Amino acid sequence: MYSKKVLEHFTRPHNQGVIKNPSGVGMVGNPTCGDMMKIYIKVKKDVKKREVISDIKFETLGCASAIATSSMITDLAKNKTLEEALKITRNDVAEALEGLPPIKMHCSNLAADSLREAVRDYRDKNKK
Amino acid sequence: MKQIYFDHAATTPVDKKVLQEMMPYFNQNFGNASSIHSFGQEALLAVEKARMQVAKYFNANLNEIIFTSGATESNNLAIKGTDRAYFKKEKKKPHIITTTFEHHCVLETVKKMEKENLIEATFINPKKDGVIDVRDIKNAIKSNTILVSVMYVNNEIGTVQPISEIGRMIKSKNSEQGTGDKKIIFHTDATQAVAYFDCNVEKLGVDLMSMSAHKIYGPKGVGALYVKFGLDIAKIQDGGAQEFGLRAGTLNVPGIVGLGSAISMIRNQDSVNTKIRELRDYLVAKILKEIPDSRLNGSKIKRSPNNVNVNFSRVEGESLLMMLSAEGVFASTGSACSSGSLSPSHVLLSLGLKPEETHGSLRLTLGKNTTKKEIDYAVKAIKKSVEKLRKVSGNVLKDYYKNKS
Ligand code: FES
Repeated sequence: MYSKKVLEHFTRPHNQGVIKNPSGVGMVGNPTCGDMMKIYIKVKKDVKKREVISDIKFETLGCASAIATSSMITDLAKNKTLEEALKITRNDVAEALEGLPPIKMHCSNLAADSLREAVRDYRDKNKK
Repeated sequence: MKQIYFDHAATTPVDKKVLQEMMPYFNQNFGNASSIHSFGQEALLAVEKARMQVAKYFNANLNEIIFTSGATESNNLAIKGTDRAYFKKEKKKPHIITTTFEHHCVLETVKKMEKENLIEATFINPKKDGVIDVRDIKNAIKSNTILVSVMYVNNEIGTVQPISEIGRMIKSKNSEQGTGDKKIIFHTDATQAVAYFDCNVEKLGVDLMSMSAHKIYGPKGVGALYVKFGLDIAKIQDGGAQEFGLRAGTLNVPGIVGLGSAISMIRNQDSVNTKIRELRDYLVAKILKEIPDSRLNGSKIKRSPNNVNVNFSRVEGESLLMMLSAEGVFASTGSACSSGSLSPSHVLLSLGLKPEETHGSLRLTLGKNTTKKEIDYAVKAIKKSVEKLRKVSGNVLKDYYKNKS
């Protein structure tokens, strides 16, 4: 059974959609198992010249838990520096959602992975 | 909030009249049907009445009906019991034919016996429309084939199998052989067929037939196995001599009374089924018309009157169920995410669908009390949920294929 928090994020996901001209994009999953997640980030420098995720959006094809973890990780990563965002683990996501059924833990992996992919994509593009 | 139940293939509510007839057997006439005293005899009388009711529906004799705990046990007994009886006599490894889209209780039984090296097995694939071709069964028969087990109606996609045709084919195969030779036994799992299709064992030409009470407005935990008189089948559970020595264990008297009562209430089958079929056709047409990128799984015609199984692309089934449940519509799905094993439905895969094509599957199964109003409400809810989930999934699928190519 899903927690109330999961159901909340599932029925009313936050930060759902696309960013036009994103700074980075991460896509993980494969259609065979049904989990597909895509995260878009916009990165800006803040006053202290740190790179910060100023905007983040997601698109997800998957179960209720996959959608809820996408929503939750975008909440957790928003306005964080890239270093902070990279530190978000699947457990952080699961905990913020007040737990996930054991069989659904892999869905939260996807969320953490696609965020990491998005950051890497941004860094690849901005290598000097 | 509205609560609309579209999952009658999973289970049905116990009919009020059935429940009423069961009630006294819990704490008034609570005797053990094996006891000699009058409490026991009263229970026995009730059990025998139920046996008559089931036998009548199947056009069978009283001594051909074995009460079990449900279709899973009936199927286990039919398959393992046939194998055991054969092995005891012949000391040889037999061959069993079944299909790839049986219910797990048949499929896992046969697979396990194959793995344990007790039998050889052949699994026949249905055609794209979810119907088995009799010729495929015929071609699979070998000299050591002792059992053919084909379900009557598939539980997921509702397709109906040519049971009487298979029965005739096996009969003629059997008569080709000399009298001393072993005969091929024919078993069907009729769990989803009772109340919708003719279950006359004579007409079907079956030797073994399984059913379950809770699919026909009876209680859970009770079912029956038809065992043709004279058939050699061994028990698989040791204990008392109940059920002609084939099924040890104290009889579930209230359950059996409920099963008998539920099956005896199946009347005017044709007119009830026509009504359900009309509603079902209306539901399918409405979904396919109003929701883009939707598709019906399984044959449109060779199908149980109460079954709808549709697929929506770019939607995952578990999230669709959750969304619908929030709207008060209760259905089921064959999606990987919804299964304990995270693998997609073996039934949908057996139709030749790719795993990603099984994702957005939705099964809606109607009951005798389903109304047009409920259907209209459900379609609205499905449409809304599919649109919402498609918005959430956006272009991921398209992007994925674009990146790959
Ligand atoms: S997306 Fe398949 S289980 Fe979560």
